[in-house]
Order: sequence, then structure tokens, then C-alpha cells
Amino acid sequence: MSSTTLVHYYERQSFKRRITLAFVYLALTAGAVVILAPFIWMLSTAVKVPGTEFIYPPQLFTRPLRWNNFSDGWTALPFTRWFFNTSVITLLSVTGAVTSSSLVAYGFARLEFPGRTALFVILLSTMMLPFHVRLIPMFITFRFLGWIDTYLPLIVPFFFGGVPFFIFLVRQFFLTIPLEMEDAAAIDGAGVFTSFVLIILPLSRPVLGVVGVFAFIRVWNDFLEPLIYLHSMDKMTLSLGLRFFQDQDFTDWTSLMAVSIIVLVPSVALFFVAQKYYIHGVVTTGIKG
Amino acid sequence: MIGFLVFVVGSLLASLFLSFTNWNALSKPQFIGLKNYAKLFFDDPLFWKSVKVTALYSLSIPLNLVFGLLIAVLLNQKIKGLGLFRTIYYLPSVIVGVAVSLLWVWIFNPRFGIFNLFLAQVFGIQGPAWLADETWVIPALIIMSLWGVGGPMLIYLAALQNVPTSYYEAAIVDGANAWQRFLRITVPMISPVILFNLIMGIIQSFQVFTPAYVMTDGGPNHGSLMYVLYLYRHAFQWYRMGYAAAQAWILFVLILGMTLVVLRSSAAWVYYESRK
Repeated sequence: MSSTTLVHYYERQSFKRRITLAFVYLALTAGAVVILAPFIWMLSTAVKVPGTEFIYPPQLFTRPLRWNNFSDGWTALPFTRWFFNTSVITLLSVTGAVTSSSLVAYGFARLEFPGRTALFVILLSTMMLPFHVRLIPMFITFRFLGWIDTYLPLIVPFFFGGVPFFIFLVRQFFLTIPLEMEDAAAIDGAGVFTSFVLIILPLSRPVLGVVGVFAFIRVWNDFLEPLIYLHSMDKMTLSLGLRFFQDQDFTDWTSLMAVSIIVLVPSVALFFVAQKYYIHGVVTTGIKG
Repeated sequence: MIGFLVFVVGSLLASLFLSFTNWNALSKPQFIGLKNYAKLFFDDPLFWKSVKVTALYSLSIPLNLVFGLLIAVLLNQKIKGLGLFRTIYYLPSVIVGVAVSLLWVWIFNPRFGIFNLFLAQVFGIQGPAWLADETWVIPALIIMSLWGVGGPMLIYLAALQNVPTSYYEAAIVDGANAWQRFLRITVPMISPVILFNLIMGIIQSFQVFTPAYVMTDGGPNHGSLMYVLYLYRHAFQWYRMGYAAAQAWILFVLILGMTLVVLRSSAAWVYYESRK
């Protein structure tokens, strides 16, 4: 009875369904155009002859396309230097984030110790803490250590497991690895550390990759912390440097957009490469969080 | 792990202590009891302005929730090209930061920006001056935040895909229409992730800094003086560390309080399948 109702339902619906689908595609395409428009606008400005961005009404892609804006903008300010700085900070932070979050997560997933659950709850609740409550004490600590205007405040916290979100993500993954393999390794005489390095880590490449990409995007684009800790021109990051195109009464939009594109490319490229795992990571923490 | 706890808990307590002091970060902190809090609440109109601005900005939370869900529902209609659409909608969430903030300054340029061009050509409306207009600066930042709707959308979408088809089929047999199915099956089934997105939205929107600093520097006429921007000024421009720590703690209590209220209310509207 019920299955015949369903069949009838789907037969009746097939025409209506097509109309609905057409509407869905239309809405999604319109939305996609809106989402992509800022990117297109960015690219269109980046290849305009400087000065022509102030022609009214605004035009998309006026000839000639001036690709030299990319190199001109890049050399107008010490972007090569800033690129190097940002790369060093990012690479070290990513290394720290991946190493420390996997070690701490392993502790939570596999080692028995008193108060483990309580500690884990504390860890999760710190995910809710406004970062800015910690900002001032951290600044004071780093100043006390004489670390202001060095890269250390930006890098070192990552080596101390500083991001609960990453620990959570990695722990969830570790819990899905069957215990049997480690048991077998233990029988063969492997210790805790050996089985961590030789069994758990190689199996966890996807989640460690996600942590790496998350950390990369976060550090690469970070603004507030470099702003607070870095003061000399030659130590700045790309995020800080981009602002120098903006002036009180004049902004060189063509150069700014061109260089912005270069700054954004690594994050976007990484996202595309790691997309499948990345989306899985977002979804895991979102649904089980 | 110990290192982590020292970092987090220690710094929390330190900032609580600092909030009771007058400290310019050079001399010794001077204990002044609740004076920072008293000044903030009763003698600092800009503090209340920053609270108001931030509250106004938090209108972006429900908007992001609704649009995120809407797009996710559209994407969940067994369509072709799901992966492509999903990537496009999520893309803006990957690239937060200064480059994006500056891009939106250009988009909102009243005369040469694409946004007012769009308004003029599609709707025939003369758009406002956006970032240069005290009334329109926060709406502009909200519109910008909607560009990042892909974040909540992605989480909704995954939850939608986990709703068993058999539930919908049973409802069809019982004669429920599409709208009833959405309200009675979809919404309850994904209510835990609505809760998650709501809480994340609260936490994030109360901590917005970069756009306010880079795009408008709190202006015009303090119209975009977001809470954290005002905190930043006290701490790192005027070196009034004690005062800023008090601001940070008020923010902490505010976010915590709202999260708890939402969590308590959630018992009434969030449905957990395992607790039937």
C-alpha cells in the first residue's frame, strides 16, 4: 500500500520536479555569480591601466589589459622581503601546529592517565574562549621575554599545542584507527612512542594534512598578531604590507588588487589541492563539535 | 598539554588580575579595584557606542544562518555539479584577512565601486556612500560578512545529507507537503548544527577586528567602532593595559553568557536523535 502511494507520488511529481530543479539551478547560478563577482572585480581592476579605474561609469576589462601591474605593484614596496618573512613564519607555525597537535591528541586518544576526561572537557571549553582575553597577558609575557619585534610570539605558541580545535580534529581521527595494529606491534616489542611514529602517524596523513592547511591559511592571512608584535618595516608580513597601498587620500587600486591576488593565490591553491580532506575536516568539527 | 594549560588558564587569570589595575605596561601595576569597570560602565560613552555597534553588527548572525541554510537546501536537491557549486560558495571563507577587507573597500567605493554600479543598473537605485556614511557602514560590513556564508552552509549541507530518505518517504505516504516536510523533518533533524552555527556565529561576530581596523578605522564618527577595535586601541595604542583587560573580561562574560542562554534554550528546540 505504502509503496504504491510512493510510486504515485513520484509519477505525479516528475513534471513538478523538473520545474523545481530548473528553479534550483537558476537560483544557485545566480548566487554563484554574486559570490564570484568580487573576485572578477578584483581581477578586472588588477589589469587596468593605472588611473583608468577612476573612469565613470566603471567598466569590466577595458583594453589594453595591463599585466605589468603585477610586477610593478610587487616591486613598488618590499614585497619580496615580506613574502620571505611570511613564508618563514607560516612554515614554522604549520610545523609546530602539526607536531604538537598530533602529540597531544595521541595522549587524549590512547594514553590512560588520571583526569583525562576532565582535561579534555577543559580543552574543548577553551575553544569557546575569546582569543582577545588571552591577547594582553600573552603580549605582556612576550614583551617580558624580549620577543617584541621578533617572529617568536607568532611561532612558538603553535609548538605548545596552542590550538584546541586542531587537537580535537586529530583526536577524533585517531579514535577511528583500530587498536589491533598497535596491540600487534606491542606484542612485537614496540613501545608507545614507536607505535605512534610507525603506525599512527603514517595512517593519519589526511587529518595532519588538514591541520596543516588550516594552520597555513590562518597564519598566512593573520593580521592582528603581526600588527601587535612586528614593528620594523623589514620584519613585516604580507598582510601588514598590503596596507601601504592605502593612503589617507589616494589608493593605488590597480597595484593593490594585483598584489592582493598574488597574496591570496597560495591559500586558494592549497584549498583546491586539499579540498576533499579540507571540507571533511570542517564538517567533522562542525557536526560532532 | 601542561604547556597548553599554562598558556590558556594562566593568561586568563593574569588578565583578570590586570583588569583590577591601572597599568601603562612600563611602571608597576597599581591596584585600583573595580575602578576600570566603573569607568567603562558609567564614564565612557565610547564603550557603550562600541557595544551598540557590535550589537548592530550581530544582525549578521541570523542572516548568515538563514542564507546558509537556504543555499544548503538548494544544494541538497540531488543536482548535478554539486561539487562545483559547493566549492564556489565556500571559496570566500578560505581567504579572510587584509586582502579581502581592502577588496571590499574598493567594492563599496560609492562612485567607482561595483556595488553601487550593480544597484544603479539592476534596480535603478542610487546607492549610499557605504563606508563613508555613519548609517551605512555597519550594513556594509554585514553584507561583506554574508560573502562568507559558505562556512555555515557547508556544515548544514553535511547534516542535510545525513537525514535518512526513509523519513521523507514516510511523510509523503502520510500526505505531508514539501513545506511540512521541511519544518517537521529537516529542521528538527539538523537542529544540532543550527545550534552549532549559532554559537560559532556569536563567538565570531563579537570578535571582528580586521575589517573595522583596515577598512574604516572605526569611523566615520565611530560608526564602526567594533568592540575589539576599541579594546585594541586601549591596549596597544594607548597602553592602558588594565583598562583593556577589563574590556576583554566583559567581552568574555558577554559571550559566555549568551552562549549559555542559547545552550539552555536549546533543550527546547534542539532534537538529539540518540536521546529519543
